[in-house]
Amino acid sequence: MMTETIIYAAEKIITMNPSQPTASHVAVRGDRILAVGSLEELETWGPYTLDTRFADKTLMPGLVEGHAHTMEGMLWRFVYCGFFDRADPDGRIWEGVKTIEAIKARLCEAEAKLTDPDAPLTGWSLDPIYMNNTRVTREDLDQVSTTRPIGILHASGHILNVNSKALELAGLLKTGINNSGMPLGVDGLPTGELFGPETMMPVSIHVGFNQSFIDCDEQGLRDFAKLCVRKGVTTITDLAAGLEPEDVTWMLKVTGEDSYPARIVPLKFFMGATAKDTVDKVVALKERATDRLRLGRIKAVADGSIQGFSARMRWPGYHNGAPNGLWYTAPEQLAELYRLALAADIQVHTHTNGDEATEMVLDTFGPALKEVPSPDHRFTLQHCQLADAAQFRRMDKLGMCVNLFANHHFYWGDEHYRLTVGPERAQRMNACRTALDQGVPMAIHSDAPVTPLGPFFTAWCAVNRLTASGRTQGEHEKIAVSEALFAITIGAAYTLHMDDEIGSIEVGKKADFAVLEDDPTEIGGANLKEVRVWGTVQGGRLFAASDL
Amino acid sequence: MTDLLPVTVIGGYLGSGKTTMVNHLLRHANGLRLAVLVNEFGELPIDADLIEAEDDDIISIAGGCVCCSFGSDLVGALMEMAKLDPQPDHLLVESSGVAIPSAIVGSLSLLEGFRTDGIVVVADAETVRRSARDKYMSDTVLRQITDANIIILNKTDLVEAPDLEDTERWIKEQNTSVRIIKAEHSAVAPEAVLDSFLGHVAASDRHQHTQNLEVITLTLSAPVDVEDLAQTLANDQNGLVRAKGFATSTSGQKNLIQVVGNRWTITEAPDHMADGIVGLGFKGAISGLDRFQ
Repeated sequence: MMTETIIYAAEKIITMNPSQPTASHVAVRGDRILAVGSLEELETWGPYTLDTRFADKTLMPGLVEGHAHTMEGMLWRFVYCGFFDRADPDGRIWEGVKTIEAIKARLCEAEAKLTDPDAPLTGWSLDPIYMNNTRVTREDLDQVSTTRPIGILHASGHILNVNSKALELAGLLKTGINNSGMPLGVDGLPTGELFGPETMMPVSIHVGFNQSFIDCDEQGLRDFAKLCVRKGVTTITDLAAGLEPEDVTWMLKVTGEDSYPARIVPLKFFMGATAKDTVDKVVALKERATDRLRLGRIKAVADGSIQGFSARMRWPGYHNGAPNGLWYTAPEQLAELYRLALAADIQVHTHTNGDEATEMVLDTFGPALKEVPSPDHRFTLQHCQLADAAQFRRMDKLGMCVNLFANHHFYWGDEHYRLTVGPERAQRMNACRTALDQGVPMAIHSDAPVTPLGPFFTAWCAVNRLTASGRTQGEHEKIAVSEALFAITIGAAYTLHMDDEIGSIEVGKKADFAVLEDDPTEIGGANLKEVRVWGTVQGGRLFAASDL
Repeated sequence: MTDLLPVTVIGGYLGSGKTTMVNHLLRHANGLRLAVLVNEFGELPIDADLIEAEDDDIISIAGGCVCCSFGSDLVGALMEMAKLDPQPDHLLVESSGVAIPSAIVGSLSLLEGFRTDGIVVVADAETVRRSARDKYMSDTVLRQITDANIIILNKTDLVEAPDLEDTERWIKEQNTSVRIIKAEHSAVAPEAVLDSFLGHVAASDRHQHTQNLEVITLTLSAPVDVEDLAQTLANDQNGLVRAKGFATSTSGQKNLIQVVGNRWTITEAPDHMADGIVGLGFKGAISGLDRFQ
């Protein structure tokens, strides 16, 4: 029996296909697009059912987020302590908390609901830089509870604030600690501010965080997909995951559920295993891939983060004189990974933040590519926040892609200007204009949960380059609305080698649509983040945000 | 104090011979139960003939030793180690080639149940100076060298004598008080690397590695200035690589003194421990200790 054809009428369909940029109707058969055009054109394909529910809506290709972490789905079990309003998987908008007092009040409210007196109270997304860099101490959190452990993870993920009870449980409420990541108060005891993963970890397990910080669980993966529907996202990466065989088993189960609304692209983390072992494992994982769980890619990490001062910087280094950051992977290890992955047709995405890390990866990848010639490899630099024009030119010559952290510019741009890299380099951070001008295939990303998932917000960031304080930072690096919309659809799909399947609305591609109440091409660049999302169509299946 | 697990951090750049040295130590464990945390499994970190059993997380080694990989979660792996029963005698952490050893010591200091024995850095005699000039890795390699309490200058068979001398001199310029022990194929006297070996390794076994090292004992017949004693033992002019033992202070407090290269620690000890220090040093070069006898 032939699968039924459904023709959706829309107010406007933005196809991202230049030969037919807009249309009024799209015909879907099963999980694929049969045809796009006018109703008269589509009728030529034979019997159909006309569905007019989107007659007053705008359809775009399902949005593609090329750099996120599914563990955000788990974080919403904890108390949201962010400065900005943010929607949870159930659509509830959590108002941003603007003062330490407001954070305490919210924590007290959550504390009152806990029945187990020993259960930890866990918060996330704190960012005191918006509160004049007020320091949060264990005394602040002790006002919420002195008997249960409390921990609040900062938005950056690099700092954890805990109360006295948490320090006590970890055996650290004592004098004589000599650790640069653990500042001490005048009483000689830790202040409760923990900097860096190695310092956070001994305490974090007492305040409700699991050890790895990167791995998700079943419910978390379901909740994460709800966030995707609310933001019009139909394909999203998990960058990076442990992907042990038992993890993959439950990920296959969850993503295989009939109602699972997103396509997850998890990249295996290259850490704690040899390059050969990692590539071998990912080659095997590729065999287990399904339409909604796209296994078979690797994520490597070259350096740390700029605001954590662990990114590797070229001369003259950090603006405030902080020492250079840390390498997380040696060039020799990356070189081996690149050679083996190129030979096995496994794509590698590499995190670089500082410009020295980017330079090192370019220096390493070039010879690997010469050794294992590999047209169309699309190896991608992730974040790549400080790359300059010369580095983008090299990326172009090496056939690399880039995924720039546009959201970062809004949330931390002021901090970078003032403190980390100084005015000149802050202006050229996340240089979307330069990347496109040099011909480097480009995506833009949220790095959720570091910043909120929402490709229209990300596009708005790249178009306007406003910082949180309202300054335009780097006029030259602005891109047009059309370029930003390309980046969050086919641009991101390209970096995943999936532009043949997703990213545009045209015949043969997946029936993945972002269903919108507003037309992003008409709303104006300044309002791009205001585009309202009805929900998605994913693989021909309808997901209304209001029904989640 | 005795139930704190001593930990030696083994650092050094890629290819310097860290893993080979770990295997060498396991092979000469001589009844000591060593636990080893390595950054990565994969290409087997442990020589096949030493392995008794293995699963995903842990390799069991002849003589009661174990080896685990920590990947991206060192702290989690350390906490697992603390739960091992019976507790190992000594823990070795073989860091990744780009790790900063003092950062690992910083983490260790935050965890209950561990005592940092010291930082031993393996340096490739042939390449270390080149690595230290590398465009990208220079500061990382230099940091590893300056963090070291003891440097195992490895692969000395691959360089000519004048070159080796230059390299030794260069290392001393970076880290003036560090002890340098030369080795070929990472074959180093176990007692030079691990505190726990001192006074433990059988004489016959010791002989093969320690042609240029000797063990001394220092009898302390009267209370001493323990800080002065510890600093003297750690002073590189006096020829010792490491030392440990008990001493009574002039105020009558019993103390445990532990010296690893240029690092020394003093901790309070129970009164019944007998005074005396055992030390390992370069043969014929040990001096400056007479005033404590």
